[in-house]
Amino acid sequence: MLGRLNLDAIPTDPITLGGLISGTLGILTVIGLLFYFKRWKWLYRNWLTSLDPKRIGVMYIVIALLMLLRGAADAVMMRTQQALSSGDSQGILSADQFQQVFSAHGTIMIFFVAMGLMFGLINWIVPLQIGARDVAFPFLNSVSFWLFAAGAILVNVSLGVGEFSAAGWLAYPPLSGLEYSPGVGVDYWIWALQIAGVGSLLAGINFFVTILKMRRAGMTLMKMPMFTWSVLTSMILVIFAFPILTATLGMLSLDRLLGMHFFTSDFGGNPMMYVNLIWAWGHPEVYILILPAFGIFSEVVATFSRKRLFGYTSMVIALIAITFLSFIVWLHHFFTMGAGANVNAFFGIMTMVIAIPTGVKVFNWLFTMYRGKITFATPMLWFLGFVIIFTIGGMAGVLMAVPPADFQVHNSLFLVAHFHSMVVGGVLFGFFAGLTYWFPKIFGFKLNERLGRYAVFCWIGGFILAFVPLYILGLMGATRRLDHYDASMGWQGLFIVAGVGGAIIMVGIGFQILQLAYSILMREENSDLTGDPWDGRTLEWATSSPPQIYNFAHVPPVSDRDAFWALKQAKTSSSEKLHYESIRLPKNSPVGMIIAAFSIMGGFALIWHIWWLAVACLVGLIVTIIIRVSDEHTEYTLPASKVRKLEEEQYV
Amino acid sequence: MKRKYKVLFFALLATAAVVALILYLKTSNVAVLNPKGVIASKERDLIITTTMLMLIVVIPVFILTFFIAWKYRASNTKAKYSPDLDHNRLIEFTWWAIPTVIIVVLSLITWRSTHELDPFRPIAVNKKPITVQVVALQWKWLFIYPEQNIATVNLVQFPVDTPVSFEITSDAPMNSFWIPQLGGQVYAMAGMKTKLHLIAGEAGDFRGSSANISGRGFAGMDFTARSSSRGNFNSWVESVKSTGSTLSLDQYKMLAKPSQNNKVTYFSSTEDNLQGKVIMKYMAPGVFGQAGYQDGSYSEYDSNGHH
Repeated sequence: MLGRLNLDAIPTDPITLGGLISGTLGILTVIGLLFYFKRWKWLYRNWLTSLDPKRIGVMYIVIALLMLLRGAADAVMMRTQQALSSGDSQGILSADQFQQVFSAHGTIMIFFVAMGLMFGLINWIVPLQIGARDVAFPFLNSVSFWLFAAGAILVNVSLGVGEFSAAGWLAYPPLSGLEYSPGVGVDYWIWALQIAGVGSLLAGINFFVTILKMRRAGMTLMKMPMFTWSVLTSMILVIFAFPILTATLGMLSLDRLLGMHFFTSDFGGNPMMYVNLIWAWGHPEVYILILPAFGIFSEVVATFSRKRLFGYTSMVIALIAITFLSFIVWLHHFFTMGAGANVNAFFGIMTMVIAIPTGVKVFNWLFTMYRGKITFATPMLWFLGFVIIFTIGGMAGVLMAVPPADFQVHNSLFLVAHFHSMVVGGVLFGFFAGLTYWFPKIFGFKLNERLGRYAVFCWIGGFILAFVPLYILGLMGATRRLDHYDASMGWQGLFIVAGVGGAIIMVGIGFQILQLAYSILMREENSDLTGDPWDGRTLEWATSSPPQIYNFAHVPPVSDRDAFWALKQAKTSSSEKLHYESIRLPKNSPVGMIIAAFSIMGGFALIWHIWWLAVACLVGLIVTIIIRVSDEHTEYTLPASKVRKLEEEQYV
Repeated sequence: MKRKYKVLFFALLATAAVVALILYLKTSNVAVLNPKGVIASKERDLIITTTMLMLIVVIPVFILTFFIAWKYRASNTKAKYSPDLDHNRLIEFTWWAIPTVIIVVLSLITWRSTHELDPFRPIAVNKKPITVQVVALQWKWLFIYPEQNIATVNLVQFPVDTPVSFEITSDAPMNSFWIPQLGGQVYAMAGMKTKLHLIAGEAGDFRGSSANISGRGFAGMDFTARSSSRGNFNSWVESVKSTGSTLSLDQYKMLAKPSQNNKVTYFSSTEDNLQGKVIMKYMAPGVFGQAGYQDGSYSEYDSNGHH
């Protein structure tokens, strides 16, 4: 009846229980508050069923930030373990726990933090920036979000019921196969990613179409803001890469569920095929995340330098070059798998070539600052931190693109330090810059600058202290993922320094939480009544903060790349009483939520081999979708009088 | 503190940190930068050359970043402000060109070094190489010497200045075979054979390990790579032959069972073609150790496990 599920699945060790109890208490507190303030209806109507991309974006970001806390807790455990577990001491975690922790850390940070923040920011800003009232497929957008949420929930369920994968964030077979990982851990990993991955693919298609089809007349491709350009290229990567992930995970689950032999070592299976396929997705994935971060920096640097972006055409060419190249470098993740010298050299050289457009982008940002009037608001500080850390990481990256050099640092802590330089220094700093920059647009008030600055300094200082020792340890021969090492290696000192760095990053996170809480309390003082708190350049600043559900009552004309800046320079006042028109908008829909519920239950059923439930959920999904597509009344009209009323109210 | 002094303070702090870092790398035992064989030396030189070449771009980027950020701060009213300056063909051409030149140079280096240091390529010296067959197990390393007909666990000894030809497979999840002071790593995979050619330039004990996660006991998969004089090596072989037990197929099956933090173990003789049979197990499953395969030869497999 319940497949493999029984009472043994409930964890009993203190560390897992601690995580479980604090998580449960958190959820109970939120539920309690919702009852106390009678906000259930508000939550349901305004948020859970909303198809407004700005609100969907907020939900993406809330989940991503919660998952950031979970991933950071994992990081703290890893740093503690490695600082302590030398010689006779075994540290605080068993080998199995440690391996679950680093697998969860990688999975959560990439799929549920980085991807969540990215889609959140895209939802917030892309429609506004291209002068659209909505995305191309508003309902699909809600489904994408809910599948993302379902994946995140499933990862966290593994904490309380069963276990998580201990096979690393990419779960190479044969370790992740049935023979060596018979438990439910790898299945949790597979189904969480499978569900979230489908959501990402749908969102990719949605924003690709939105950007191509829904731009304000006059905004030609070469007049699109750079963030929108970066999102366009990133979504192209999503569309090409994510089906590979879906297929690969599908084959791995067939191996595990039905005893097939796609990736086993025996019966003609080939684990190397998995390694190739997962990186054929995995490498573009890295660029899926970094390109929008590049886009954010392009907006931030231009705005805070009060200057046009330098080298727009170069920037676009660089984005397109990176998009193309990112599909022909995947083999550099496994030069050590024994491919011939010709193959290794080709992929090594292709990898280095990516450094050219990336370098050009950095130079263009620097020349955007040149002869500007730079104010060092928090987003700009994130940018400076990014330049330092990303450049060091990039240098390590080019080094590892030389195959014989890679043989000496591959799978070592040097590699770990490299990709954290890219993903933290590049992606995460970029998204933090974007969050601070666009926060007032979405919520109508600015984040506190002083606390934000403290957070930036802690993150940059902490990062350098945490990861420079890892570069050195890698060169000393310390491999990644060690739950214990010999005292004679002399590594402990550096691991302790890295631990201190990690602690400083946690202080930075503490400042960010404080910043958010303080800014909410002081929101009256920091409120943005103009809609344009930073003297912005692009269309998102041409409407109120927060914008009405329809974004723009009148979409401003676009005649320039910096469309809003050009309008401000021309000083055309729009105060004349305009004619308002009625606007078609999508109705709220709970269907995304229902699809997520079936996905979570279905995934859970497949993980625990509860076949009847899996079939029931599949039927439920199909029926739900049929009901939804048969519904012809999914939109409503906001009459012109109502639009006028809303527009006039906000300027009182 | 005035802003100017703050900036100065941070600049000094950064310089001091870089100097301290270089001193630390010079004085402590950093395996990859302290090679004990030709292959590792060439790889170290490659790492340093590549880094130096990149610094040609990276150092100006750092200086420019802070110089521009400082000079064009909003509070500096003396700095020029050109809000519409948004392109300059010559300047843009320059920074497409400079990285391109460096990458072209690096590409040439890459092409040559990748072929020269291909782990499958035998080392060109006038000395007969010694063959060591490696099997990654859960969670230990088995070394088989087909010419000497002995086997060891977690210790591999070989003569100094003699090329060692490692033939690597796995009877476990994928591992990676790595002796940093002698040269880079290669994956160990079941049903396949990869090769790694290394050479030690001086006698000594070097640490080796598995670089790829392979399950619970992975962290304890350290082994010692010991290079010694030829005479010392020969007498070591003799002592192994006289002390250990034999490694028959049945004993191999016992050995292959998961175990952690294994001690060094010697086997005075081994099953014929043991590594070949371990590989064959995955090619023709279910017949491992059965009559007909005991002495049956298997055809050569290339690194991709194909006939």
